[in-house]
Amino acid sequence: MKLNTLIAVTFILMLSACASTPEPQPKIAENTQPAPVIEQPAPIERAPVETIVPEYQGPQPGTVDHFKFVSGDDRVYFGFNEYTLTAQTREVLKSQVRWLQEYSGAIVVIGGNADERGTREYNLALGARRADAVKDFFVSQGISSGRITTVSYGKERPIDGRSNEEAWALNRNAHSAVLVGGNS
Amino acid sequence: MNNTIGLSKAVKPLFVLVIFLMGLIVSVGANAQLEIDIVRGAPEPVPVAIPNFLSSHPDTDKIAKDMASVIAADLERSGLFRVLDQGSYIEKQSDINYQPRFSEWRLINAKALLSGQIIRENSNRLKVEFRLWDIYGTEQLDGKRLATTPDNWRRIAHKIADNIYKRLTGESGYFDSRIVYIAESGPKTDRRKRLSIMDADGANAQYLLTGAGLVLTPRFSPSAQTITYLSWETGRSQVYLLDIETGRRELLGNFTNMTIAPRFSPDGEKLIFSMVKRGNSDIYVFDLRSRTTTRLTTNQGIDVSPSFSPDGRNVVFNSDRGGSPQLYIMNADGSNVRRLSFGKGRYTAPAWSPRGDLIAFTKSNQGKFHIGVMDANDGRGERLLTNSYLDEGPTWSPNGRVILFTRETRGLNGRSAIWSVDLTGRNLQKVPTPGAASDPAWSPILP
Repeated sequence: MKLNTLIAVTFILMLSACASTPEPQPKIAENTQPAPVIEQPAPIERAPVETIVPEYQGPQPGTVDHFKFVSGDDRVYFGFNEYTLTAQTREVLKSQVRWLQEYSGAIVVIGGNADERGTREYNLALGARRADAVKDFFVSQGISSGRITTVSYGKERPIDGRSNEEAWALNRNAHSAVLVGGNS
Repeated sequence: MNNTIGLSKAVKPLFVLVIFLMGLIVSVGANAQLEIDIVRGAPEPVPVAIPNFLSSHPDTDKIAKDMASVIAADLERSGLFRVLDQGSYIEKQSDINYQPRFSEWRLINAKALLSGQIIRENSNRLKVEFRLWDIYGTEQLDGKRLATTPDNWRRIAHKIADNIYKRLTGESGYFDSRIVYIAESGPKTDRRKRLSIMDADGANAQYLLTGAGLVLTPRFSPSAQTITYLSWETGRSQVYLLDIETGRRELLGNFTNMTIAPRFSPDGEKLIFSMVKRGNSDIYVFDLRSRTTTRLTTNQGIDVSPSFSPDGRNVVFNSDRGGSPQLYIMNADGSNVRRLSFGKGRYTAPAWSPRGDLIAFTKSNQGKFHIGVMDANDGRGERLLTNSYLDEGPTWSPNGRVILFTRETRGLNGRSAIWSVDLTGRNLQKVPTPGAASDPAWSPILP
């Protein structure tokens, strides 16, 4: 808020500076007049310009919310009946990995999920694959497999209850649930 | 956490005194018999008359009336019978031990007549006698006496309906059986699922566990006294056994991996299921006596939803080893894997018919789901019996003639219900449940 106000005020000042028209130049008679006396106007009392550093408003570092905040998302998403990681999902997972490396006391439960357009048992098997694909990636990035648990919920834990492409795409995911000791 | 609820849901003893009422049994002639072709389905349901049973004591008056209603509802649900309105009956019997006036029953077009009476032996025991008459053949087709406690009268009614079904179709019935299922409540993104049981007609529905944790896919043992199901109470999915008579619960094996899709072998001595290792599901068998586990598949694809043939020699299962989910059959030791389904679309959740002849499955194709059946030998003769946004998970009636499945409606307010369909696909009905319900599994006929 403060920062925004400052920006706005600065912007208005800049605008008004641009808008002021230049004074017409007085005609100067050739060498007949004494040099004009230049009067220094009294300096205007100005408030010093201060740089305001915005306060950190994000979640408390090391918490579950912080994990989600710095990773961009605590889920990665998959194509229909697929469990391969795309370049984009790898980027999200790399952010998750960085957090897990920083908070080395945390463990992670990867929950594999599927959309509703499959039968219950097949979807449990598919969710297991998705969870394992993320686990494999974490291990390849140096996270100890002892910190990782996988579980499949099949189609039992949809995050969007609608029945359309958008909802199905959201529901085909692997969710990284981090558990940090103590008060998380 | 998941404590079992009492013992009230255990099957109560039913003393079936199968006493053929001698004096009145007429020798059964082979010709002119009332018979229903169950395979092709009745073009017209057979009209049957079922008057209220006779009662000789005020305590049994209500039961005598309700029993006729329960039998009528069972028979009508099969789609093979039409029970005539009691108001149209001309003859009012006051004793079932004499021949009905066939001509009067013919006048209202009844082809069969069920007459019954209840004898109250004491406050804890009643006897029920019935006779089934062929109105046009003018003979008694069946007659039995059964006994039970008064609060167990519905089972007598289902047994009588099973007798009628068997006598008129030549095949065993399925009315005296139960259904385990998952009772559902709450919004789609926060569903509560509870292990439940009810009679095949939807009566006596009750929860089997008290816990709030996720449970799925219950299935009966052949004894109908034990069920296997899936629970997440340790954090991951694991196979459990529950004795519904004693309430005793057992975590199957000591597996550190996820286990899913459990089913009993036809002899009840083994459980077949999938175990997930390094993300991949393969099929295993657990011997309940020796407590040993045998791995049956080693494929890189998903292998899930195994179901034994009724002779225990083969297993049908679901695999995506060929690229998309299809049905495969293997020998019970895991050898000789061969692909069964070749049609367009995705085939999942197979269930081998208790008759051995057919395999029911779920098929999804072009945004629709179907319950279908195909020949168990070669996968031919595929017939799709249903069509909706989401039909899945077929389970067979004990006689292999009717299939129950889950149907879920589309959208944010989508809701699951149990439906039944017969092999003709024409008799499609919603099974009554107290709330939303899914994952039905049909028991064998109760002892």
